[in-house]
Amino acid sequence: MANRAPSPDSPELRARWGSFAWTEANADLARQIVARYPEGRQRSAVMPLLFLAQEQVGAETNTQGWLPIPVIEFVARELEMPAIRVLEVASFYMMYNLAPVGRFHVQVCGTTPCMLRGSDDILDACYARGMKKGHTTPDGLWTLTEVECMGNCATAPMVQINDANYEDLTPERLDIVLDALARGEMPKEGTQEPGRHTSEPLGGPTTLTAMVEANYDYRGEWQ
Amino acid sequence: MLADKDRIFTNLYGFQDWHLAGAQARGDWDDTKALIARGQEAIIDELKESGLRGRGGAGFPTGLKWSFMPKESPKDAQGNSRPSFLVINADESEPGSCKDREILRHDPHKLIEGALVAGFAMRARAAYIYIRGEYIREAENLFAAVAEAYDAGLLGKNAAGSGFDFDVFVHRGAGAYICGEETAMIESLEGKKGQPRLKPPFPAGAGLYGCPTTVNNVESIAVVPTILRRGAVWFSSFGREGNKGTKLFQISGHVEKPCVVEEAMSIPFRELIETHCGGIRGGWDNLLAVIPGGSSVPLVPAAEIMDCPMDFDGLKALGSGLGTAAVIVMDKSTDIVRAISRLSYFYKHESCGQCTPCREGTGWMWRMMERLRVGDATVAEIDMLYGVTKQVEGHTICALGDAAAWPIQGLIKHFRPELERRIAEREAGDVREAAE
Repeated sequence: MANRAPSPDSPELRARWGSFAWTEANADLARQIVARYPEGRQRSAVMPLLFLAQEQVGAETNTQGWLPIPVIEFVARELEMPAIRVLEVASFYMMYNLAPVGRFHVQVCGTTPCMLRGSDDILDACYARGMKKGHTTPDGLWTLTEVECMGNCATAPMVQINDANYEDLTPERLDIVLDALARGEMPKEGTQEPGRHTSEPLGGPTTLTAMVEANYDYRGEWQ
Repeated sequence: MLADKDRIFTNLYGFQDWHLAGAQARGDWDDTKALIARGQEAIIDELKESGLRGRGGAGFPTGLKWSFMPKESPKDAQGNSRPSFLVINADESEPGSCKDREILRHDPHKLIEGALVAGFAMRARAAYIYIRGEYIREAENLFAAVAEAYDAGLLGKNAAGSGFDFDVFVHRGAGAYICGEETAMIESLEGKKGQPRLKPPFPAGAGLYGCPTTVNNVESIAVVPTILRRGAVWFSSFGREGNKGTKLFQISGHVEKPCVVEEAMSIPFRELIETHCGGIRGGWDNLLAVIPGGSSVPLVPAAEIMDCPMDFDGLKALGSGLGTAAVIVMDKSTDIVRAISRLSYFYKHESCGQCTPCREGTGWMWRMMERLRVGDATVAEIDMLYGVTKQVEGHTICALGDAAAWPIQGLIKHFRPELERRIAEREAGDVREAAE
């Protein structure tokens, strides 16, 4: 079980986040989200609203975002839930950051399929750049976390940085991605293996080769 | 090898457009109204005949599962009828599994059409697709595909002109493996911590919001329209008895070319690897062991798996399982104890904390595994560890306890000499140090 505690409540935290409220655009989104669930079941919207709140905090701080206690309380008021029930959810699910993170949240998958393909080297490459698990670099750019299986096992090893996956990594390829991010560029997402498209075997698919060139309709070959 | 014309997921690798127009050109949403017009019983019967078993790991017959849903909507205490729900499990988090991701981002319309047909067959009011939070781009595609289907009149009132009203909603998880367990998923959908519920009641009786609910894996639902179009006879022409159909295999680890590929069930392991993965890294003599169905199933040593048919019964006979068909290949360079210990850490990390044997046991087992990794243990502790796995297994509300126990049991069963070797080596080192 992952033990996670929220960042302690403090007057400074209250001063900074006590008046948190949706931006106009997010208020619209929040209404749409709540409408996905049956009447009287608005509590179901707690997870998407926590994501939305974390994103808004991220936009305000130019980071991936996190959930200070006053923001958690805001979501609770929105859904007419006790704050502790929202905190329970925020601390149970790993994607809610309970402490501030840097501009880029570097999440290296270290579970066995990635480990077999060299995730140790990927972590070492992060350490070599001054990153430390569970910490943000002094320049505020990188927060490093080792995460559990991200479901990219056929293109391992991989790292998820904020919203984007970078797969088929080597230390050199990771450095290229991180350097580009640091420069404010948007490196190509997905596999970093030259010549590979997604999860087909390297060197070209062994199946469905007609699909590479055109949107082939196989129905004509059905008996 | 399965012929391309018999593959269901023709845009598996995303070379082509995943949007509605592209999907329709490949045959999705082709006269879905006619599929629905066959009626609930006919659809369920066709699925039962097809032999489709759930693709999420347990392999329960899909048609049979649907038939547990009530035909008349049940009434609550006030006499109001309660709706039924379909929940689609897209919380793909089992280490090694990466197949639903390809469906979600490259063929989302197969899933959405399947949701409509399946929802109709089980008399559901709506489907919730629960997609793991880390699948960010995949969720973007899925949200967009659902919106396209609404805009085209394929969902909502009179969905696809069928006269049946049906909604599909997407719900993102937020990083909790346990939410792949069906009742934990329902709890999570209700806005709570994802802690599994005791069964009974089973979801088909009281699931989401206390209403009848069926939870199905993405792949199980996405193959439904094609099975109905091509017929049960076609689908059941692949695979051995009791293991029918085609299946997405995901091969990771020490093969030359890891990949995701759709193949006929029961394909022999060697053929799967030779045909699609360019062989084992360093040749077949270099193969050490394989975890054939995702992290939860026990490993199988090289010699036993080479000619094994990759299906539910073939792998069960080896004391393992097909699981999600996530094949993790390990060659002789692998530190096998570390590979399994890393899985023990995964289960420790993902235990929801509800049941004591799992909450405490997963941490204890991982710490013991870390000691065995460096030989810092006694031989008797191997037996003690085995005993503890037996005390966790079967003594928890959900199967996470079992899933944490099985990989360790597999390791002890097949690699006990390696564990003992490390202990002896460490002891010898200690003795040398003391002498110096």
